[in-house]
Amino acid sequence: MTSTHPAVELDGLSKSFGAVTAVDGLSLRVQPGEVVAFLGPNGAGKTTTIDMLLGLSRPDAGTVRVLGGTPDDAVARGRVAAVLQTGGLLKDLTVGETVRMTAHFYRHTRPAVEVLERAGITDIADRVVGRCSGGQQQRLRFALALLPDPDLMVLDEPTTGMDVEGRRDFWQALRRDARRGRTVIFATHYLDEADAYADRIVLVRQGRIVADGTTAEIKNLAAGRTVRATLPGADQAALAALPGVDAVEVRGDSVLVRTGDSDAVARHLLTRTAARDVEITSRNLEDAFLALTTTQTGA
Amino acid sequence: MTTSTSTRAAVTTPDRRLPALGGFAPGALGIELRRVLRNRRTLAFTLIMPGVFFLIFGLPQGGQSLDNGRPVTAYVMISLAVYAAMVATTSVGGAVATERALGWSRQLRLTPLRPAAYVATKLITAMSLGLLAVVIEFLVGAVAGVRVPAYVWLLSGLAAWVGSLVFAAFGLFIGYLAPAENVMQIIGPVLAVLAMFGGLFVPVEVLPDVLQQVATFTPVYGMGVLARAPLTGDGVSMAAVVNLVVWALVFGVGAARLFRRDTARV
Repeated sequence: MTSTHPAVELDGLSKSFGAVTAVDGLSLRVQPGEVVAFLGPNGAGKTTTIDMLLGLSRPDAGTVRVLGGTPDDAVARGRVAAVLQTGGLLKDLTVGETVRMTAHFYRHTRPAVEVLERAGITDIADRVVGRCSGGQQQRLRFALALLPDPDLMVLDEPTTGMDVEGRRDFWQALRRDARRGRTVIFATHYLDEADAYADRIVLVRQGRIVADGTTAEIKNLAAGRTVRATLPGADQAALAALPGVDAVEVRGDSVLVRTGDSDAVARHLLTRTAARDVEITSRNLEDAFLALTTTQTGA
Repeated sequence: MTTSTSTRAAVTTPDRRLPALGGFAPGALGIELRRVLRNRRTLAFTLIMPGVFFLIFGLPQGGQSLDNGRPVTAYVMISLAVYAAMVATTSVGGAVATERALGWSRQLRLTPLRPAAYVATKLITAMSLGLLAVVIEFLVGAVAGVRVPAYVWLLSGLAAWVGSLVFAAFGLFIGYLAPAENVMQIIGPVLAVLAMFGGLFVPVEVLPDVLQQVATFTPVYGMGVLARAPLTGDGVSMAAVVNLVVWALVFGVGAARLFRRDTARV
């Protein structure tokens, strides 16, 4: 816990499947205690990155260090645990048996009753896994991941396929467990999950990181507005120099200004230029997410 | 004060040493065994059906004797014990295919359990169920009136059980060949055909000449001959021993190769 190593160090990670580049020179450093959301659309390379992070697959290039060592060693010592989309369960074991059996594989674990309690599945401990809902099975996977009391918890799209209630229960369980010092990395394509549970958001697109910041910083990307006006021959430099302006784009006779201070831009356009048809639209996190993950214009 | 601090330290600093034996644990084995014994299909095909076969096909031959005067019912009982053991060990080994299909093998890779420890657990489970299958078949026989000297019970039972190790390997080989949810539905009929060629349902000598020739090369033949040898007193032919050893090697090496392919990181 007190080690000075970063929880995760990914350096120049690349991985291709045939002609498809899933992860493309991705570097990331996560400090102990951070709760990081790995946010991106399907196919962004989140799962491939997590597989390499856990030592389930080998990178074509680049290095992975987990808690200062190799992923395999971190897994074997129970320092890292994960909830994956692809991790299956034995349908004919009960929930309790699955936990007890998995506990036997470790040198030392938290008591089975404790992890069942923390995952919120004590009441279904005697239920056969095959009769559990998808959400209950996911909380069972979470209970298994809690067994070694890991320093790093990795979750890959943990609420995929769950209904609203299941998602809420799962995140409540995760939150209850948010013990001091545990590093958490979770992949998601739900913005609200990243917003609600992460301290830091890493936006990935086509195997690369396109934005990385605190949740507040990422939200700031979306906090601004876009001012659009018809202005032939707009002076881009002058507009870009206005306070709060993030970006200026000229499309034919139109000019689009992305800014944190739309009033200043509008005032400038209406008083100092011949601009007409001034429109002001606000952007939300969804827009920022789409902008960052679907087009080349990055942060 | 000091006590509370040290207690808290003990609670919050997890033991990060590697598990002994790659995570192999008797406790997990116990849960695995209970799980197998709860499976109704497994119980029906390995523990009940061979016993019922004996009552249907063996008992009516009561009173008949082999060339050396021993009862034919014992011949049938030992043959069916071999069959029960091979189905039992194959089904446990083959369950690897199911666990791969379900994604459990992948889940296990997130734990300290080493693949070799996993296979060891499967082999021990397979051999435990195999032993149970032999014991139950012999119990059914004994209760139904089969009487042979103690050394025949012991040596034939031991041969049937140890020989079924070949099929534990066969099960693992199939299990690592392809992930499938219902692997026994596919290989169950294969086992029945092999058992027929191995002389477990009818003596090989009853088959047409050509099939008799073929039979000596099939994987059940060797273990069948070895298991019945204490009863028939025919002695153990070289062909039977070679057959057993060769098939043990084929399935053992095959399973090991597929296992390495499966656990390689890509």
